[in-house]
Amino acid sequence: MIALLLRDLRLATRAGGGFGLGVAFFLILSALVPFGIGPDRGALAPVAPGILWVGALLSCLLSLDRIFALDHEDGSLDLLATAPMPLEGTVAVKALAHWITTGLPLILAAPVFAILLQLPTRAMPMLILSLLIGTPALSMLGAFGAAVTVGLRRGGLLLSLLVLPLYIPTLIFGAEITRRGAESLPVTTPLVFLGGVTLLVLALIPFAAAAALRVNLR
Amino acid sequence: MSLWEYANPAKFMRTTDRVLPWLVVSAAICVTGGLVWGFLTPDDYRQGSTVKIVFLHVPAALMAINIWVMMLVASLIWIIRRHHVSALAAKAAAPIGAVMTLIALITGAIWGQPMWGTWWEWDPRLTSFLILFLFYVGYIALWSAIEDPDSAADLTGVVCLVGSVFALLSRYAVLFWNQGLHQGASLSVQSGERMAATYRHPLYLSMIGFGLLFLALVVIRTRTEIRKRRLAALQAQEARA
Amino acid sequence: MSLLTVHDLSVARGGLRAVEGVSFSLNPGQALILKGPNGIGKTTLLRTIAGLQVPVAGTVAMAEDAVAYAAHSDGLKSSLTARENLTFWAQVFGGDGIEAALAAMDLAALADRPAGALSAGQKRRLGLARLIVSGRPLWVLDEPTVSLDAASVRRFAQVVGTHLGQGGAALMATHIDLGLPDAQMLDLTPFRARPGPVARPSGFNEAFA
Repeated sequence: MIALLLRDLRLATRAGGGFGLGVAFFLILSALVPFGIGPDRGALAPVAPGILWVGALLSCLLSLDRIFALDHEDGSLDLLATAPMPLEGTVAVKALAHWITTGLPLILAAPVFAILLQLPTRAMPMLILSLLIGTPALSMLGAFGAAVTVGLRRGGLLLSLLVLPLYIPTLIFGAEITRRGAESLPVTTPLVFLGGVTLLVLALIPFAAAAALRVNLR
Repeated sequence: MSLWEYANPAKFMRTTDRVLPWLVVSAAICVTGGLVWGFLTPDDYRQGSTVKIVFLHVPAALMAINIWVMMLVASLIWIIRRHHVSALAAKAAAPIGAVMTLIALITGAIWGQPMWGTWWEWDPRLTSFLILFLFYVGYIALWSAIEDPDSAADLTGVVCLVGSVFALLSRYAVLFWNQGLHQGASLSVQSGERMAATYRHPLYLSMIGFGLLFLALVVIRTRTEIRKRRLAALQAQEARA
Repeated sequence: MSLLTVHDLSVARGGLRAVEGVSFSLNPGQALILKGPNGIGKTTLLRTIAGLQVPVAGTVAMAEDAVAYAAHSDGLKSSLTARENLTFWAQVFGGDGIEAALAAMDLAALADRPAGALSAGQKRRLGLARLIVSGRPLWVLDEPTVSLDAASVRRFAQVVGTHLGQGGAALMATHIDLGLPDAQMLDLTPFRARPGPVARPSGFNEAFA
């Protein structure tokens, strides 16, 4: 399993791996929003938590189809399915690799983009904390969507259609935590809910994704 | 004699062949009766004549949720017991459910305009129905995207299961997100304030009508799906013979 | 004790049965070559035996984690070198002997080239070298000699021979005579699924026929 994780990380950083694309997309999004809304601090600051969370979510979405599609094309997925490890484990490892190559850079870059969007400094810890708790769920749900659409030509659009509604609870609680952080309100309740959603996703989705993969392999 | 006998395609076709005319006629009577009766009710003292849209709005909303639950049950039956008719019934139900959700959303918007002064409000109920509609769209799109019938049935089944969990989760997340201005359930058993009988009785009739209408439509659509499969199988056999 | 026992196997492709009633068994040291016209279901049968697909009817009995499967695509990452690719699969399958496998398929000189820079035949050889490092007894091979030249085919036949000599077994679909001395043949044509009333459980569409 560790071998698989290391291979995926190595592939992401080599030529054609698409490492950093998500962060670049996040940057463009954060830079475009003020052009649409106007440079006024008073107008930007209230929407910053929502924009940052939606931005993180869309940047995450961008690289989802790569989770299984490439391995499916070159036959690796068939071989991984016959390997002596459960397919659920393979799914979890691939989602983890996606989180490390996409989610983690987004979290590290988010405070910088938050400054662009005039998010109050006191909200930064809550922004990072909410992303840290929420993005693993985004990667895992994305892996599920990728597993369902892996065999399809032009599955990318369908993948977004299937995955985005699943992101709603995470988005609601994540943005709420950041908003409350900006207004110095207590964050315990949404934090507990966000953690609950992520734990639920991490516990159940690998089984659903592995079931979908088995169907697509046959 | 067990319920599972109806999972046999031939038995299903024979039985529905006899039941379907009755189903269609009774659905037509109940829906027309409920809507006409509802239209003839006196105006509400607060909401005026706009209240009449309730006879369309509430049954559609009720069916929107119930159809998804029926799809969930049908998907579970397919995944656990591998009854092909069940998978096709889930497929047949989805577009009906999507249309019901759309009717609930549109009539809600038409009702909301004079009542709340806005076509759309990010109220928990409205938002939940919008999310439900997104799940319907994803489910239907997945069915139409997969060519292999076995894979399509299995994958949509899994998506229906996961979608159900998240539809429920979203419902509570949305409640947390916005408390809303939608009135409470009109026919809630617990709530003290109950709808006047003048409105309640035509509403019941309309709800029964929508239930029957759904049953009739889903049976017709399932029969069509079964015939399509039969045709495909026979053509393949002929090509091979 | 046989490595693989297939009994009364039926498989479906695209919701329709392809072949039915196939039975055979493989003992250590044996090779079995599947024959039959295109489209009869050789690939589907091999995928079913490899555990990637569920049989429509019948049983496939073998020890757990016995199969090494190789099909049309080799599971290679073009940005990793040949050795890195092979090392990865060795780690996943818990096998070893990477250098020996590279030498056996005549790839030692190419070991540090990215797999993307290899020719089709060289990639194929690398894909077959993966069978050696997997350390699994039962090789299930779907057209293993595609894009191999005559010398490479002979080399591959030697590798299979060595594997059989070490108590392994091989099940393959191929049109080329590998020159394996005591390989058995199985023609799938008589097992083609018969049209008409369905006597067995079957694919999705046939459930309604």
